[in-house]
Amino acid sequence: MIDIKNVSKTYDDRNRGRYNALNQVSLHVKKGEFVSLVGPSGCGKSTLLNMIAGFEKTEEGMIEVNGEKVKGPGPDRVVVFQEHGLFPWLTVLDNVAFGLKQKGMRKKERHELALEQIKAVHLSKFAASFPHQLSGGMKQRVAIARALVMDPAILLMDEPFAALDEQTRFILQSDLEEIWGRTHKTILFITHNIREAVMLSDRVIVMSTQPGTIKKEFNVQASRPHSIGDPLIHHLERKITDELADELEKVVKGEMGDDYRIKKNHFSGPSSDSMGFGI
Amino acid sequence: MGYRIFNWGWKFPSPQQTFQAFYDGFTEGPLWGAIVASLRRLLISFAISIALGTTLGFLFARYRFLDQTFGFLVVALQTVPSIAWLPFAIIWFGLNDTAVIFITTIGATWTMSMASRTGIMNISPIHLRAARMMGAGNGFRMFYQVMVPAAFPHLMTGIRVAWAFAWRALVAGELVARGVGLGQMLQDSRDIGDTATILCIVIVIAIIGTLSDHLCFKRLEDRIMLRFGNIK
Ligand SMILES: Nc1ncnc2c1ncn2[C@@H]1O[C@H](COP(=O)(O)OP(=O)(O)OP(=O)(O)O)[C@@H](O)[C@H]1O
Ligand SMILES: [Mg+2]
Repeated sequence: MIDIKNVSKTYDDRNRGRYNALNQVSLHVKKGEFVSLVGPSGCGKSTLLNMIAGFEKTEEGMIEVNGEKVKGPGPDRVVVFQEHGLFPWLTVLDNVAFGLKQKGMRKKERHELALEQIKAVHLSKFAASFPHQLSGGMKQRVAIARALVMDPAILLMDEPFAALDEQTRFILQSDLEEIWGRTHKTILFITHNIREAVMLSDRVIVMSTQPGTIKKEFNVQASRPHSIGDPLIHHLERKITDELADELEKVVKGEMGDDYRIKKNHFSGPSSDSMGFGI
Repeated sequence: MGYRIFNWGWKFPSPQQTFQAFYDGFTEGPLWGAIVASLRRLLISFAISIALGTTLGFLFARYRFLDQTFGFLVVALQTVPSIAWLPFAIIWFGLNDTAVIFITTIGATWTMSMASRTGIMNISPIHLRAARMMGAGNGFRMFYQVMVPAAFPHLMTGIRVAWAFAWRALVAGELVARGVGLGQMLQDSRDIGDTATILCIVIVIAIIGTLSDHLCFKRLEDRIMLRFGNIK
């Protein structure tokens, strides 16, 4: 489904000179697979996703989707952004129907399809509302409905739940799992929350930074739906957390330079316990 | 009577005289005709400058090359009072409506294009990406479905300033041009020393300017900003 071979990406950065954001990344995602990408901030997760989406050019290496080279954004690979990206001047209904309108679909037809998706994310009552009248979680659901209405083969999600509170996040996670079970979309999911990754995915890819490469892969072989109580899940969560701890240290060192020594005690203090939940 | 202190005599009209001029102007007709004629010119110029300015702004925002070459020129042009173009306009078009419409259009276009440029450049990239991903393309559909509404808060500011600029340029142009209009009427009244009518026209100009801003633009802005949840 998604074929990534030896992809590298270099940015010309004013401060750092030529910055190697991705280095020789290869990844294959099967049809219907739910794959998560985790890694320290700045390791190139978003860059990779944006290249698959077609927002960023692939200069080195190759990205193919369904056997075809990615040339630009397209409705077969829809992105759900962290900051929803809904149009504030359109109602929920028109936001969701926007993509269908671009396809030239008639108003009645596209509104019908849009309403169906809005219903699937439990927002029927808000079809006529504007985005600013919704909570963060609701907006993100609209964004998911807007993506699903296009019936894309692939959903690309860049930290879609990162801005939400714990409860809302939890509800949206199970909604997403249900949607995935029902539609069997191929999903590439970026998150900083290891538990989220393990709970949702078939496979978790751990990336390392400077330059961004794939460090390790973990298959989640637990039975669906995954549950936190499952020792397998718990074990995996620990393993991935450990894997990332090294990377995190590298980032902190890189960002803070020599000051790092001073901060180190502080860092390995009380906050290390919460590492199980995210980085 | 305060104004008598300066002993201006006929040079400054009394309230009664001004009121009388209003009454005569509206009942006997010349004022109506002048208002209609001026507004017609104004609306034509305004429509042209909004369309032209928005398009120019879009081009500047979209093509770096244009922005770096002509963008600077537009900033320079913006500082030129549009009445400075009148001699050219008279040579090109003669002392007529076209000349007035020309300088009025020029007076409003540059501001509008700067506002449109800023508005379009400030559109959040995430909206553009989302639109492109959903198939809005890169051309006209993207422009009117996404860029114009997304840049709306800036465009609205541009429209309001453009209206004020156009109004100024119009009256200035009409002072010189022949025909019917508020500016011409001002000039005619000066010829015959009719200060009451002059003051009356100045008041009419102020009222039309304020009312149009308040009744049209402000309302439109408020209504649409409500949709945006007043976020910008
Ligand atoms: N347009 C750009 N110009 C220059 N550098 C960029 C650009 N976009 C990204 N980078 C750099 O590339 C690296 C990877 O960025 P990217 O956004 O992919 O990281 P990320 O893994 O998504 O991080 P986060 O988890 O914080 O979202 C960063 O060091 C970033 O500074
Ligand atoms: Mg990112």
